[in-house]
Amino acid sequence: MAAKGESWLRSDAAQGYALISPPAIYALLLLAAPLATILAYSFFKDGYLTVIHEFTLQNYLATWSDPIFRVILVRSLFVAGLVTLVTVGLAFPIAYYLSFGLAPNQKARWIFLITIPFWTSYLIRVFLWKVILGYNGVINSALEGIGIIGPNGLIADPLQMLNSVGAIALTLAHAYAPFAILPIFVSLEKIDRSLLEAGQDLGESRWRTFLRVTLPLAMPGVVAATLIVFIPTVGDYVTPELIGGGKMPMVANLIQAQMLPLDNRPLGSAIAVSSLLVVAALALVFLWLNRRFLKVGK
Amino acid sequence: MKFPSLKIYALAYLIFLYAPIFLLPLFAFNDGTIIAFPLKGFTTDWFAKMAENDTLRHALTNSLIIALTSSAGATILAVFAARASTRYKFRAKGGIMGLIMLPMVLPDILMGMSLLLVMLEVLRVNLSIGTVILGHVIIALPYAIAVLQTAFATLDQSLEEAAVDLGETRMSTFRLIVLPLVMPGIISAFLISFTISLDEFIVAFFLAGNQPTLPTYIFSQLRFPSAIPVIMALGTCLVAASILLLSVAEFFRRRGIKRTGAKDTGGFL
Amino acid sequence: MTDNPMIAFRDVHKYYGDYHALRGISAEIRAGEFFSLLGPSGCGKTTLLRTIAGFEDISSGAVLIDGKDMAGVPANKRPTNMVFQSYAIFPHLTVAQNVGFGLRRDPRSKAEKDKLVEESLEMVGLKGYGARAAHALSGGQRQRVALARALILKPKVLLLDEPLSALDRKIREQMQVELIKLQREVGITFVLVTHDQEEALVMSDRIAVMFEGEIAQLADPETLYRRPNSRRVADFIGVMNFLPAKVTGESGDLISAEVAGLGVLDVSTSQVSAAPTGDSAAVGFRPETLTLLYEGQQASDREAAGTIDEVVYYGDMTYYDVRLDGMEKPVRISMRNVFGRPVLDVGTRTRVSWSPGALVLFR
Repeated sequence: MAAKGESWLRSDAAQGYALISPPAIYALLLLAAPLATILAYSFFKDGYLTVIHEFTLQNYLATWSDPIFRVILVRSLFVAGLVTLVTVGLAFPIAYYLSFGLAPNQKARWIFLITIPFWTSYLIRVFLWKVILGYNGVINSALEGIGIIGPNGLIADPLQMLNSVGAIALTLAHAYAPFAILPIFVSLEKIDRSLLEAGQDLGESRWRTFLRVTLPLAMPGVVAATLIVFIPTVGDYVTPELIGGGKMPMVANLIQAQMLPLDNRPLGSAIAVSSLLVVAALALVFLWLNRRFLKVGK
Repeated sequence: MKFPSLKIYALAYLIFLYAPIFLLPLFAFNDGTIIAFPLKGFTTDWFAKMAENDTLRHALTNSLIIALTSSAGATILAVFAARASTRYKFRAKGGIMGLIMLPMVLPDILMGMSLLLVMLEVLRVNLSIGTVILGHVIIALPYAIAVLQTAFATLDQSLEEAAVDLGETRMSTFRLIVLPLVMPGIISAFLISFTISLDEFIVAFFLAGNQPTLPTYIFSQLRFPSAIPVIMALGTCLVAASILLLSVAEFFRRRGIKRTGAKDTGGFL
Repeated sequence: MTDNPMIAFRDVHKYYGDYHALRGISAEIRAGEFFSLLGPSGCGKTTLLRTIAGFEDISSGAVLIDGKDMAGVPANKRPTNMVFQSYAIFPHLTVAQNVGFGLRRDPRSKAEKDKLVEESLEMVGLKGYGARAAHALSGGQRQRVALARALILKPKVLLLDEPLSALDRKIREQMQVELIKLQREVGITFVLVTHDQEEALVMSDRIAVMFEGEIAQLADPETLYRRPNSRRVADFIGVMNFLPAKVTGESGDLISAEVAGLGVLDVSTSQVSAAPTGDSAAVGFRPETLTLLYEGQQASDREAAGTIDEVVYYGDMTYYDVRLDGMEKPVRISMRNVFGRPVLDVGTRTRVSWSPGALVLFR
């Protein structure tokens, strides 16, 4: 009974290793080893068309002394932070509605509806935001249509929305919506409904029950959503390229330029490693703050 | 009805999610070269132009080869990983699974550039659709595992014990009991990997060399305003195909859950 | 019944890491008997059952089936079949495919196998259900399919892991009777795991009561009920009143014990529990061995007076908590409700008839 977890099937660790080894070896060869290669190359010298396999810190010095890198890194972090805030903020009520506002048999259908746009061509979705926000775009033509924009309207010229941090953030917030909704939804689903009833039974208002019971219990989902949105958005390439018009590059665009057209792979590697370290450090600080906050909350 | 204001918000949110996708067919069938309102009239010219385009056809063929191969590879590896992680206890399981699932959170550009480095500098092989396939397996694997883990985890372990108790070996039990019961999950994992690969841009951008795939072709065309209407037509087809594939995947996922008699908790991720 | 045991445990130990799940089990299960492993959850009864099936390796000792040591014999090669707690009906197969699953490697013809399946289904009362989808069955029907599937292979031992715990009370009681009948019919040794003492008493020829990885007592139901060898077993099986006692002397077959409110009693050594209870002795009475005396009734043996503290009415029975004069705690007495006999109120003064022959002395 208590010991059921460890049965004849589970006890055989060797079987487990045998089964896990094909995917594990694949991940070692095509994920871990390449990532290690980046790390190694970030310490190699660049010799125009070749790479000189000698240890140097030159790439890191070049990276961090370059004001453009710092501007781009700060911009990437700012955009990712903004996107995360907007995405998680918009997603929480949706997750809450899915978990508490819907009958159980409707939940799967809604989740399906929410995930569909996520699976449809990312490039085209991003481009369509350009169409929506553009000078002759959907929003501007709609505003012109109802007379707000125009010689006699409130605003004389169409709105200039593209090539801005805000436009990049909006597009990314749209792209990463399901990533934020699903972890929060899962953590809300795990909450024992009788806890909430108990809270209200003890005379707490709905709002106070939400603050004191639901929100703390949903925090693991919010934390997961934050990281799962923040980390990939820092490294997004397509949106700054299309929505930012190439005038608002982010880290990924910088890396791509070094890796492909400029062909300075050690420098590109150093930029990637540096950015990854900053992001990892931020993620750890975030996790630490969160743990502290939750402990105080108890 | 619970939370009426939340419901309105949820519907508004859905409109926000779907707004760009609804625009696609509008422009794809619009008889005008500029992507802007007001619409000019109905035409199917862009679809005809799309069908005539040789580069596009080449890109489509490449993409289909890549998607079929990489999703088959990812699904097979995912069966191993999902089975190992749901049934067996072994040391370092968390670490190994963490590594395999890492691409879910890692920016794609890291996978693209690191594989590019390995292919060009370490292995010194030419970039081709083969290198893209290798990369796409890494990208799709975590998603395939996530789908299959649900399928394996909802499988009652006593079913396997019962089969062994009735005289079957581990291998024949897997074939007679486990495989048929997780088959819907396997199909669903395959379709999701296929969709991911078909839509993946960054890794293909880095690893395809001079071979076009659909997304890299689309990306190259987005710079030319005159090419946009055809891309809109292509996008409409892609969205329709994605929705179809995902509906089939969802159908199999639900059937799998029904078959094992578990409760549907919903979701691909 | 033959002299050779069907199953023999020889000092079986099982460890999960540091956790000692089975602590030296030695017992024998006779051929053809209905044997139950009874105990609270976590006592090791399921683990012990799974060592017979071969799903659980043992850390030391031996498990023998029909005289043969099972060490190294995998589950699919053992002459046992199991009915699982969840029934483990294969959801993608039909009822007939489920029942015939174990015949896959059987060399007989398909027609013969089909006939066997049909017979097995008839035996469990599911004649004509063969073509149905397994996942569409009710709990009781799944139970029957699981039974038919396990019995079709004519195992030497049928293992049942809490097979009735998921059923409604009515169906459960019906299945208990059917299982007993079925066992007599097929003559196979049944080993049942249960945490339900009533179920074990109703169905079993013999019962092993287990606590914390050890067998506390192995006996037939009546002995277990009337002469539990420890307070713990007595407490687990049914209700027992314990009254603190002081052993004052021993002479031959008799032990003298003093119980507050009842005076000094002479108890036969056959009524003394085997396992020592520790420092303080006690006497135990089952509630039905005490009788409330109504006006004019004579005590059959001894008599004590008291006041009714609590009345719990069960329809066919009434439980009274009676505080006997000179006692600290009330004793529980169960009375069958007979037409014409009123249920007494709380606070009523009453007389209680009791007999020293019905008590158990724990020392």
